[in-house]
Amino acid sequence: MTLPTNPSGAASEVNVNLTVNGQSVSVPAGTTIHRACERAGIDTPTLCWAENLTPVNVCRVCVVEVEGNRTLVPSCARAVEEGMVVNTDSERVRHSRRMVLEFLASGVDLDQAEGLRRWLDEYEADPGRYDQDGLPARTVYEEPKVQDNLYIRDYSRCVLCYKCVEACGDDAQHTYAIAVSGRGFDARISTEFDVTLPDSACVYCGNCIGVCPTGAIQFKTEFDLRQASDWRPDEQTVTQTVCSYCGVGCNLELHVQDERIVKVTSPADHSVTHGHLCIKGRFGWQYVQPVDAPTRQRRP
Amino acid sequence: MADLSISEANADAIEQAAVDAVLGDQTAEIRETERLVRAGTQRRRDHRHLLLPALHALQNAKGWISPGGLNYVCRQLQVPPAEAYGVATFYDLFRVDEPDTIGDVTHVCVDAACQISGSAERQRELAARGVTVHRSPCLGQCDRAPAEFVQAVAGPDRVDADSQPYVLPQHGDSSLRLLRRIGVVDPNSLASYQAAGGYEALAAAIAMGPTAVCDAVAASGLSGRGGAAFPTGVKWRAVAAEQGRPKHVVANCDESEPGTFKDRVVMENDPFAVIEALTIAGFATAAENGWIYIRGEYPLATRRLSEAIVQARAAGLLGENVAGSGHRFDIEIRRGAGAYICGEETALFASIEGFRGEPRSKPPFPTTHGLFQEPTAVNNPETLLNVLEVINRGADGYREVGTENSPGTKLLCLSGRVARPGVYEVPFGTTLGEVLALAGGISGDDPLRAVLLGGAAGNFVLPDQLDMPMTLEDARQRGTTLGSGVVMAFTAEVDMVAVAVRIAEFFRGESCGQCVPCRVGTVRQHETMVQLQQSGALTEQRRELSDDIARVMADASICGLGHTAASAVGSALRLGLLGEGPGDGGVDQGRLP
Repeated sequence: MTLPTNPSGAASEVNVNLTVNGQSVSVPAGTTIHRACERAGIDTPTLCWAENLTPVNVCRVCVVEVEGNRTLVPSCARAVEEGMVVNTDSERVRHSRRMVLEFLASGVDLDQAEGLRRWLDEYEADPGRYDQDGLPARTVYEEPKVQDNLYIRDYSRCVLCYKCVEACGDDAQHTYAIAVSGRGFDARISTEFDVTLPDSACVYCGNCIGVCPTGAIQFKTEFDLRQASDWRPDEQTVTQTVCSYCGVGCNLELHVQDERIVKVTSPADHSVTHGHLCIKGRFGWQYVQPVDAPTRQRRP
Repeated sequence: MADLSISEANADAIEQAAVDAVLGDQTAEIRETERLVRAGTQRRRDHRHLLLPALHALQNAKGWISPGGLNYVCRQLQVPPAEAYGVATFYDLFRVDEPDTIGDVTHVCVDAACQISGSAERQRELAARGVTVHRSPCLGQCDRAPAEFVQAVAGPDRVDADSQPYVLPQHGDSSLRLLRRIGVVDPNSLASYQAAGGYEALAAAIAMGPTAVCDAVAASGLSGRGGAAFPTGVKWRAVAAEQGRPKHVVANCDESEPGTFKDRVVMENDPFAVIEALTIAGFATAAENGWIYIRGEYPLATRRLSEAIVQARAAGLLGENVAGSGHRFDIEIRRGAGAYICGEETALFASIEGFRGEPRSKPPFPTTHGLFQEPTAVNNPETLLNVLEVINRGADGYREVGTENSPGTKLLCLSGRVARPGVYEVPFGTTLGEVLALAGGISGDDPLRAVLLGGAAGNFVLPDQLDMPMTLEDARQRGTTLGSGVVMAFTAEVDMVAVAVRIAEFFRGESCGQCVPCRVGTVRQHETMVQLQQSGALTEQRRELSDDIARVMADASICGLGHTAASAVGSALRLGLLGEGPGDGGVDQGRLP
């Protein structure tokens, strides 16, 4: 794990001056390079970073060049220093970003990772070049784990960003039902001895779904609709409401398709939830709609 | 931390006894009457570092780690089972599936020196005799290739070759410094070590005081011998300057770089020197906690060091008042469990702390945020032995051999096609050709084709580099590295493509998997080498890929493993060792671009 740092990346009142791509930027001390880039209007791709989680800096897609450093540095975790000279668009940076994206796309199913797909185009990644006649590139393919009616795990889509582990553990839920197991390319997110979720410590808060950037963990409702080729995000509406179960006041976003709730999220910047919910807010919405779901009737 | 959810599987009596023997009365279990969540959480944190020894106990008791056994450890140490499982599955020496037959496993090394010395044949021979064989990365016995290590069940692990007395190739050479006690001092006897001048350096260091010791180490120009060559004095001064928190000194005995076995020879044959030097490190940096992190495949070295610690403690050379100095210092030994990455210092910390051996981003550096996030100095045994020389001879005396920028001597691990493989000590500046001659020259009838310097993380060089003085600066200037002191010779009949494939496979197997460039890059690099092996030539597309892969691993990986994972393979490609003819990049001079 990394050091406990302020996930928001901002801190004190003392300002630090640096240059990013030749442009002078002044930000509070303790700010990350990533945040400073944002201030300067520079878009930086991220994958394992999230504003409601501790930076683990493992995906390396946000790397930038800092003068005086032998290797590239992860902008999401490195704090700015006075006089730092940062370059986010050098050939070296573009190469590393492109390769990281290519590597991921060559071994992981990114069909549902919409944010990532944009970056793949932007950095002209060509994941197909890893396949050779008679020697296909190894992938992380495995069958989806469908073990209950609330959510599924499809590790063919897992980029091992550690977000779900953090949300299950120290950063939100403190349940520790899942962790990284194995090593190297064979590393996987797993329960102990790969037992099913109902047999594990999982409390079904669904916070792992909330942070997953690739659809490797998703609502069973979404999974079923996708299987039936009936997932239509463009037609979905999002309704903001407040959870009615207790007095904490968690904001809910109800994603609705065909007048049925298909998933529930909470805004990551919400002061109460920081994007995280419990089983009731996340999954306890069946009572607001009739049992006979039109979508279910329509499914073949 | 919430209450743990632990399945119903229970440990049997053997597993319980094995774990209890390690943990004793140290348990993090929440007591019935305890209401203080804070105290419970703190106790869990304080006990987590016992996870690795407890997993070793389970593995040894039954030959695997069962769900019941893991549950028992999790309950005792209050570790979530998913996390403990994640730790157990990180290490090669632990298995979490029940073996068909429970019994000893013989690990046979498949890395370069053993690969070209009959490893495959040895595996077949053992398997035919009904032995359970496991292909292992470098076992640190390249001087007796093909190497073997027996992982036992319900008994101590062993290396059968250890029953032979060790004979130093340079035995009797009066110019030896670091190796001079080997074969002279009884490694089991403190009295014998002291009779040979042992512990004079500690007495001198105490008389000098901590600051003068750090000054002497800095003035000597000593740099780390693990591969990174960081100035030891700078490191020690940084830790010494930290105040108000517990501090640590760690002997990094996780020597796992393929081709490296010098520290094993030192630890097995001169264990008191390692203990004495680590004690001096603790004194100089005002650290009270000494740790030895030693790879699991070194049973004899582990035993010798453990016994040396017991004897030193009994003699008052460790403990509450080290040699009457008023300084408190003691040493704890931790065994690794088969993970090359744990030789990376921050991964080593994570491993000791009871987490997966995943490296951390630097900065912050270990001198301020090391073991348990406390100031820590990490040195390997060879570096530590040099400290004894610095104290005994003074900085000027130390500098009498070697060069201005590379003072002192260097231990080199000669293996592969040399007549007398083994550990050799030479002054910095000795040429590569002289080093090979010292080991009796090239063995067999075939001419020298290439030399691997610095191990799998190093580079190949061609015979035109035999004039290279073995110094840090010359190696750097010629685009190569001394690394951990590997000098592995390959002659013309060796299948270099197979060697390159294995080096690529080594990194694929040893990547921790944390960062994308290394986790995927090492796999793609290996696939590229396999393609070369199968088709006899690299396609232009794959050659370009190979360069692209090398660059991102070097630029964007978290730690040194990823940074150097393409180094040796890349040099073999550039030098034309893989049947491609020389590529570009100054091969005429044998220099790597």
